[in-house]
Amino acid sequence: MNTAVLGVGMHPWGKWGRSFVSYGVHAARAALADAGVPWADVDLVVGGETVRNGYGGYVAGATFAQALGWNGARVATSYAACATGAQALDTARARIMAGLSEVALVVGADTTPKGFLAPNAGERWDDPDWLRFRLLGMTNPAYFALYARRRMDLYGATQEDFAQVKVKNARHGLANPHARYRKEVSVQDVLGSAVVSDPLHLLDICATSDGAAAVLIASEDYARRHGITEPVRIRAISTVTPTFPNTVLDMPLLSTDSSSAVPEPARTFKESIAHAAYEEAGIGPEDVSLAEVYDLSTALELDWMEDLGLCRRGEAESLLRTGETTLGGRIPVNPSGGLACFGEAVPAQALAQVCEVTWQLRDQAGGRQVEGARVGITANQGLFGHGSSVLLSR
Amino acid sequence: MSETATPAIEGWFTTDPPALTGSRCTSCTTVFFPPVPTEGAFCRNPGCDGEDFDATALSRRGTVWSYTDAHYQPPPPYLPPTDPFEPFALAAVELPEGLVVLGQVAHGYGVADLRVGAEAELVVETLYSDDTGDHTIWRWKPVTELGQETEQ
Repeated sequence: MNTAVLGVGMHPWGKWGRSFVSYGVHAARAALADAGVPWADVDLVVGGETVRNGYGGYVAGATFAQALGWNGARVATSYAACATGAQALDTARARIMAGLSEVALVVGADTTPKGFLAPNAGERWDDPDWLRFRLLGMTNPAYFALYARRRMDLYGATQEDFAQVKVKNARHGLANPHARYRKEVSVQDVLGSAVVSDPLHLLDICATSDGAAAVLIASEDYARRHGITEPVRIRAISTVTPTFPNTVLDMPLLSTDSSSAVPEPARTFKESIAHAAYEEAGIGPEDVSLAEVYDLSTALELDWMEDLGLCRRGEAESLLRTGETTLGGRIPVNPSGGLACFGEAVPAQALAQVCEVTWQLRDQAGGRQVEGARVGITANQGLFGHGSSVLLSR
Repeated sequence: MSETATPAIEGWFTTDPPALTGSRCTSCTTVFFPPVPTEGAFCRNPGCDGEDFDATALSRRGTVWSYTDAHYQPPPPYLPPTDPFEPFALAAVELPEGLVVLGQVAHGYGVADLRVGAEAELVVETLYSDDTGDHTIWRWKPVTELGQETEQ
């Protein structure tokens, strides 16, 4: 049994200086209008928690439900760091598949501060997210840079390759009305921008943004009763945790698990996220038409291509260089423009990926349309063992 | 580093000799770093219900898993040792115990001195100083094998 995506909507990404609630309501109403479903039919609201907006953000599901006007719907709120939106969607989908709910609205919205994402205030000697700053000065871009450097030393990637990811995504995002940055970027622009953490430049690293995304899903039965016979379907949602020992260094930790007593698992954490989605859907990487992946940095996009099985380990640069991941290529990656064009709005971002895949599968993506898209996959990873992959097909 | 220097965090490393202090589960032998709390700890190996650990000094040498640097001053609670800020390098080093440990790179070394797979050695240096004296931290120092300079 599958669930149907009936509507998707977003508030444009940017720095708007307003409440996350106003963005969320905007996106929710856009999704409802896109679906042609009355708010009164929604019997479940799931919100993506935002941790920087006070109590209203901690109970985001209820906050959005109240803002839209209490309608008696069940409510839930999810938090899974960068995977928050996908976990919220997973919660909604599970209740629909269990027959406990019929129409669910999933909303994520955020207002984010400028600059490095820093930990909450106070002295917290048992919190790795605090300790990494105090003991090491280890910022998020420094982690991204470690992964990027490994690609250079192990696979021969270059800073020009990373810049080409930005050039590609900037070009993709030109045609996306929801993107924050819609401007061509050249390799020289990237390489000429300040080095933040070697080998990454400022333009290799995504910004943080305000934004909101909403997805309206329903049982296939509800969809049929409303005359929708060929909706985009959610084929799988993977929210698996790592398998011990996780020996790949993860933000915000200072170390990995040790393989001294238990050998490493067959798949890394990020590989296992995608693998679980493929297994659940009965779909393989060879069937995928497009991928929306979490390009917190340009180099991370290349890692994700391999984690998703779109190519073998160490071959992502080769696909990039031959244009296979550009619109018109064999497997376009981040046709939305990705985080490079959006900047990260944490609880909304995984839902924004689902919005983009839905538009692509409906052939509604306009100037960034992937020709003949049938299957799309999303991928992201967040702090503390969170990650997600959503597989959709039409 | 003065004689009154104290570790920036208690119990994570020793200065003489310089070594990280891990915890070894007495049931399954899995090693953990940072060390587990002295009370209420439990083994994170899913196949083990151990709750007792021995302190164990980790290998002082390992191989570089990756490396980078910080060109901008990190936000608090980072305490900048200098004003103006001076960039510093960071390395993740894989130890023979099968784990990777992050650290700043020893003073005077940068990304040009590192490569994935190269050898690095643990040292203890001053992280920052305040009214109570110097506060020390472990760092990774590139190991230059004898004769390597002439090959380059």
